[in-house]
Amino acid sequence: MKVRRRYLALKIDSSEKFEQKEFLDALWNAVIRLFGEYGASKTGLALIGYNMEKGFAIIRVAHTEVEKVRAAISSITEVAAKPVAIHVLAVSGTLKALHRKFGAATSGN
Amino acid sequence: MKRVFADINLKPNLNDMEQVRQMVLKASELDYRLIALPVPASFSSSLEKHTQRLREICKERSLDIASRLNLQPKTPRELLQFLRKWRRKFEIIAVVCESKAVARQAAKDHRVDLLNFPAIDFHGRFFDNAEAELASKSQASLEIEIKPLLTLKGPARIRLLSVLRREAAIAKNFHVPIVVSSGATNPLLMRKPLEMAALATLFDLDKPSALDAVSKNPLAIVKRNREKLSPRFVAPGIRLIKMGKDC
Repeated sequence: MKVRRRYLALKIDSSEKFEQKEFLDALWNAVIRLFGEYGASKTGLALIGYNMEKGFAIIRVAHTEVEKVRAAISSITEVAAKPVAIHVLAVSGTLKALHRKFGAATSGN
Repeated sequence: MKRVFADINLKPNLNDMEQVRQMVLKASELDYRLIALPVPASFSSSLEKHTQRLREICKERSLDIASRLNLQPKTPRELLQFLRKWRRKFEIIAVVCESKAVARQAAKDHRVDLLNFPAIDFHGRFFDNAEAELASKSQASLEIEIKPLLTLKGPARIRLLSVLRREAAIAKNFHVPIVVSSGATNPLLMRKPLEMAALATLFDLDKPSALDAVSKNPLAIVKRNREKLSPRFVAPGIRLIKMGKDC
């Protein structure tokens, strides 16, 4: 059966800049803290793009788990021990739509 | 129709107007259309000056602001005194219930809009069936702050989620509206309305109820009270349309 996915565009709201690994660790830790390893395994979470300079990221999740991941993302208050808020800018069924909407911000390492 | 969202519990330091401005701007950025900044009863003497400034800041961003007072009485008698003194001056009255007697009095008084319980002291949360039954008759709503969910970690957050889940279920059984608010003390603790609703699903609110808790329910309180505070209000459903010789 085909797995349906959703792409989430995220904005990292902080005066600091974070390495991709620091961001990803914070994301996974938030999901695991709220839903446990079993719950986290069902999210299908993957980082698709990260732009450190613009504080912008795109992640992919299973379409049934969008609200869980949104809650986990909202629960993040720090990355690498620095205060931060992460907001979901948009949810889309295709990467193309996000690229169209956010243009240059989506290109990163 | 597009939902209008409200965060009626922003808690910046009211003496720091720069922080207040930042939080108002952030609220506008996050897609809120109505906000309220609770004023403690001790602050209410310099209220006019602050309210005026706040309204100016909000006007710049096309944000609606409601006046809100947080009461923290020690006894039911004190609560009644506060209500007599302040009810007609504020659009939203919240009572922080620190004792069971105060919680019961607040729940049965129709002048109280929001019942708020201390988040960290789990023994101080008195929202049980009896409380919910009283609240449902007086149109009071249960207010749940999101901030403790963000700041607490480990067992404390687990316990809080469990308590909130129980309270949300009781509120649903007795048709007590739930209002989810941020309780944010700085801009980094503010979340978008959909994120607040997603966090509310952690204590088992279904998605429509969670969305109502950040839109319909707080808006209904403000609408109801603005109508009551209007000089044309006579009784619920009755308004003065014309007066004088042209009637």
